[in-house]
Amino acid sequence: MIPRKHHKILVQGITGKQGTFWSEAMQAYGSTIIGGVNPRKAGQQHLGVPIFATAKDAAKEQPFDISVMFIPPAMAKDAAIDACEAGAKMLVCLTEHIPAHDVMEMHVAAAANNTQIVGPNTAGLVTPGECFVGIMPAFNDRVFKPGRIGVISRSGSLGTLISLMLTQQGLGQSAFYGVGGDPMIGTTSVDALKILNDDPGTDGVVLCGEIGGNAEEDAAEFAKTMKKPVVSFIAGRQSPPDKKMGHAGAIVSGGKGDYPSKRAALEAAGVAVADTPSALPGLLKERLASNAA
Amino acid sequence: MNFEEHAAKPLLKKYGIAVPESVLATSAGEATAAAKKIGPCAVKAQVPTGKRGKAGGIKLASTPDEAGSHAANIIGMTIGGWPVEKILVEAQTNIARELYLAIVNDNATKGPMVLFSHMGGMDVEEAAEEDPNAMRKAPVSITTGLTADIARDLIKGLDLEAVEDQLVETMLSLYQAFRGLDAELLEINPLVITGDNKIIALDCKLTVDDSASYRQEEITPQAAPEKLTELEKKAAAEGLKYIELGGSVGVIANGAGLTMTTMDVIAFYGGEPANFLEVGGEAYTKAKTALSILLENPNIKSLLVNFCGAFARTDVMAEGVVNAWQELKPDIPVFFTIHGTGEDEAIALVKERLGIEPFELMDDAVKAAVAAANERVNA
Repeated sequence: MIPRKHHKILVQGITGKQGTFWSEAMQAYGSTIIGGVNPRKAGQQHLGVPIFATAKDAAKEQPFDISVMFIPPAMAKDAAIDACEAGAKMLVCLTEHIPAHDVMEMHVAAAANNTQIVGPNTAGLVTPGECFVGIMPAFNDRVFKPGRIGVISRSGSLGTLISLMLTQQGLGQSAFYGVGGDPMIGTTSVDALKILNDDPGTDGVVLCGEIGGNAEEDAAEFAKTMKKPVVSFIAGRQSPPDKKMGHAGAIVSGGKGDYPSKRAALEAAGVAVADTPSALPGLLKERLASNAA
Repeated sequence: MNFEEHAAKPLLKKYGIAVPESVLATSAGEATAAAKKIGPCAVKAQVPTGKRGKAGGIKLASTPDEAGSHAANIIGMTIGGWPVEKILVEAQTNIARELYLAIVNDNATKGPMVLFSHMGGMDVEEAAEEDPNAMRKAPVSITTGLTADIARDLIKGLDLEAVEDQLVETMLSLYQAFRGLDAELLEINPLVITGDNKIIALDCKLTVDDSASYRQEEITPQAAPEKLTELEKKAAAEGLKYIELGGSVGVIANGAGLTMTTMDVIAFYGGEPANFLEVGGEAYTKAKTALSILLENPNIKSLLVNFCGAFARTDVMAEGVVNAWQELKPDIPVFFTIHGTGEDEAIALVKERLGIEPFELMDDAVKAAVAAANERVNA
């Protein structure tokens, strides 16, 4: 799904410093926050919404569609499972450094409850002009403008830069989909590509990938079937193998998930791959024009 | 975190998997003494990398003197870039068959995956490539765990009936260890069937999830040290992810994706990045510490600061860099490009305090930093 203004959002960890800062920013931008979770402050109000002990308690009083977690790694698993069992359609997991075995348990709970997990280690999602969920500078109108381009990014900072470059070139966005920098994410690049392909408000997609894993190779397979143009930038061409470059997912090991194989897979699928992010808007404009012709 | 054989095997033993008797030694004298106690032994280099046997890092000795001379040869070798400082002197095992058993985090199924091969030993990877049937795989649900049925199924039809129960037991124990240790990878190669039908782990490779170190405090001190330069160690102690790369253009950026991209764009415009260093996420207030570490690298000839604030506020990061710059007064040119959260304040701050105009376009900032570095390298 793509977050919309009418979607009801629960914030787990709303009373913390970051939870408060970003919840206020989300509210100011137009996101519909219906409540928060903090077991120690249940029954109180914060930012004009009620606080519940658990997501399950919240669901009884204030049904919600999306939950977003501002929860530290050691507590993330329990919070995520709570949200899934409470019936969240989407769970946005911003937390980085959750132990992998915990992440696996989260995915089992998500599958059992039909919850779409975004992340872990995502910067969130932006639907420009409508709402945002997470820690993206949606409110900066030099970065995000409503439009018809979908952006998929493993990285929040690079996704921000690329959205800004699109906006500078007059290409507004229909949706920004931060899929996360972890190796075991719920919504993969190919899942996001399918969502944007089905979205009538999206004309073309920028896929911002990274070395490591096979997200880009899988996305390439799907891009072959798409009529909408896809352009891509893959970060990490210069990164040495066997080194974790900050993101746990961005590691090339035994030659798997390296830059040349990703680029070749995407190009074979008809996806234009840019050498630098600044080349993306131009490549996309060319593809959109030839699609329209 | 990687664990060498000598650190991993006692953990296996704790979970009920048999391992040979062994003693860790750091000199030929210690090895000789250990062999006197143990008898016929294997002398094994302790380095956190594979292919030790092929590199000549594992030798059999039938006498203590032989063990001592092997030890003298192996200590000081370099295997996979690692200098050998320690050896394991281990009792020889009567090997009838060599198997392979491992459990890994599988990103595709988002759960544990058990791998088993009846062709264990030095060339199991090659054997698996030639014959995909040589490596059997079974995905496991993290909530139900490995069951005896799954384990039995993995070893069916491989002429292992005589040791089936013991093998299943070993697999279940290994799974307990995998979960208990927060392992990313737990591999036994070879897993040996002895002449008298006992199951013994002859080697063990263990990688523990770094993100789980807070709840694995008991074992983290035994992890193998990372191969880090002095500056990388210093950065790690400050909680910063810094990787030295050998080029001349220093990089400070926020977020892993943007930092990798900055390195790529530097290379695209003919420069060489000197480092990976990200100050995003939780580290975004540490810009000052980051800069001082980075400036200690003598290869740096220019510095590129690329901030694009999403979660991280560019004004906070810029203030950290500007403070450090004024304090350290480095003798290299610096180029800024700043976008996103807090950009107006950040740009104003850089202009006012350093008299430097940040570049509107990232590409222009990169080109300028590359030109400046190349000029100074060639001068």
